[in-house]
Amino acid sequence: MNSRLRWRKFVSGFMLTMTGVCALVSVSVLFFILGHLVYHGGTSISWAFFTKLPAPVGETGGGMANAILGSAKMLLLASLIGVPIGFFGAIYLAEFSGGTTAFVVRYAADLLNGVPSIVIGIFAYSIVVLPFKHFSTLAGGFALGLMMIPITLRSTEEFLRAVPGALREAAMALGASKWKTIVTVIVPAAYRGILTAVLLAFARVAGETAPLLFTALGNRFWSPGWNQPTDSLPVAIYRYAISPFEDWHRQAWAAGLVLLALILVINIVARAILSRGIAVPRS
Amino acid sequence: MHASVRPVLSLKIPPTVTNAAARETAAALSMRMTISKLNFFYGSKQVLFDVSMGIATNKVTSLIGPSGCGKSTLLRTLNRMHEAVRSARLEGEILLDGQDIFTQDVTSHRRRVGMVFQRPNPFPKSIFDNVAYGLRINGSNVPISDAVEKSLRRAALWDEVKDHLHKSAYELSGGQQQRLCIARALAVEPEVLLLDEPCSALDPISTAKIEELLVQLKDLCTIVTVTHNMQQAARISDFTAFLLTGQLIEFSPTPQLFTTPGDPRTEAYITGRFG
Repeated sequence: MNSRLRWRKFVSGFMLTMTGVCALVSVSVLFFILGHLVYHGGTSISWAFFTKLPAPVGETGGGMANAILGSAKMLLLASLIGVPIGFFGAIYLAEFSGGTTAFVVRYAADLLNGVPSIVIGIFAYSIVVLPFKHFSTLAGGFALGLMMIPITLRSTEEFLRAVPGALREAAMALGASKWKTIVTVIVPAAYRGILTAVLLAFARVAGETAPLLFTALGNRFWSPGWNQPTDSLPVAIYRYAISPFEDWHRQAWAAGLVLLALILVINIVARAILSRGIAVPRS
Repeated sequence: MHASVRPVLSLKIPPTVTNAAARETAAALSMRMTISKLNFFYGSKQVLFDVSMGIATNKVTSLIGPSGCGKSTLLRTLNRMHEAVRSARLEGEILLDGQDIFTQDVTSHRRRVGMVFQRPNPFPKSIFDNVAYGLRINGSNVPISDAVEKSLRRAALWDEVKDHLHKSAYELSGGQQQRLCIARALAVEPEVLLLDEPCSALDPISTAKIEELLVQLKDLCTIVTVTHNMQQAARISDFTAFLLTGQLIEFSPTPQLFTTPGDPRTEAYITGRFG
């Protein structure tokens, strides 16, 4: 074996090891976080965590029922805002708009997607919190909804575009109008993808903290209705983690575990839906 | 029109043929559709030049010619599918049963003139729902399951699928999918059925089945098919139109076009000297 060949074999082996190690590190980060959360949070999760209000300072025990419900309410509101706007916007983008309009809308959506979430929070603060003179569930849900719009829009558009043109032609040739074609053929062909897109957008905003800090604020008690400050899991984690109390730290770990588990489950469900997808031939 | 592009029209309207047999055929024909002086443009590029021809009722008419000759474009104008292309523009007149098709409502026109495409394109739905689609969107009041059975029988697919009508259409073979697409088009009872190279993605056995089917179907509706397979045109069609670079070179009863072509370019094409 001459020295040149040996050198090439060495470089090849070195690069293989390097890339392999990097790949391993990137997946192990997830497992490290998960393991850490289970280790610290697992012991603090109890039935009370899901059903009880936070205990007064100095007492141990209590739970985060209010934060869980608050998160659920705001995510519901966010979905009611983000999903329809994103979905119908995507239909317009994929089916109706021509070159320039599509470019502008798509570009704006990408920019909105890139806006730091704290800025979305300030925006929601100035247009919902200030006029109502209240931190509220409504404001938090609004902020999260704004974040869901571009995510839903862009991914829904991709799935609509992936529906083969041959199916559009088939429907048109049978005398279906444009709307009939969209409602009866294109959306049904793409619905698994769209559902996945919506779930991923949901999972993405479920963990957002920054937009809730000065919209929903936080609350150690139940938040009736939609017009009161409310707690949420991410904000509760933030507040508990920076507190000086040992028991609160454990609760924060538990909340982190619950939140991560929720997001993981949504992600897995979304992938499962997509992989069971009908094999529309790509042509 | 320049002399060199004047088509040989053995089947003009009114027919002006010398061949006695062809004249008899032509005289007895009624025309389901007539195309007059059709010029077609994609943007500034003209792809059809002054095409005039008739589509005889309950006959099979084939459009042949080399790739890019405009035969698919001509077919697609017949049910106005070209309107989906923004830059498409046409001049001239197309009549269906004596009425200008461009003054009709586009969706109701397409119900009367159905279309089957080059590649089978069933919807990602069950076999039953595919055939029922046209009836459902048109709010037809005939019992749907009867109509589905009738269409599948007409498309010679019923016996193969009757026990699993609710399976996905994608579980069928390519040839079955194409017959399903024909059944789907037939379900709305079109007067004219257009087929754009319906066998080009199929194996020889499936092709033979579809050819046989088309010959049977002409009693039900008028058929126009595009093919670049000359043998297929010769086997199944009553009339054949030969197009070249957007011009209709020759349009005659099929036996005549293939045995005694009236234009040297037709002869060159059908004997395989080009294309």
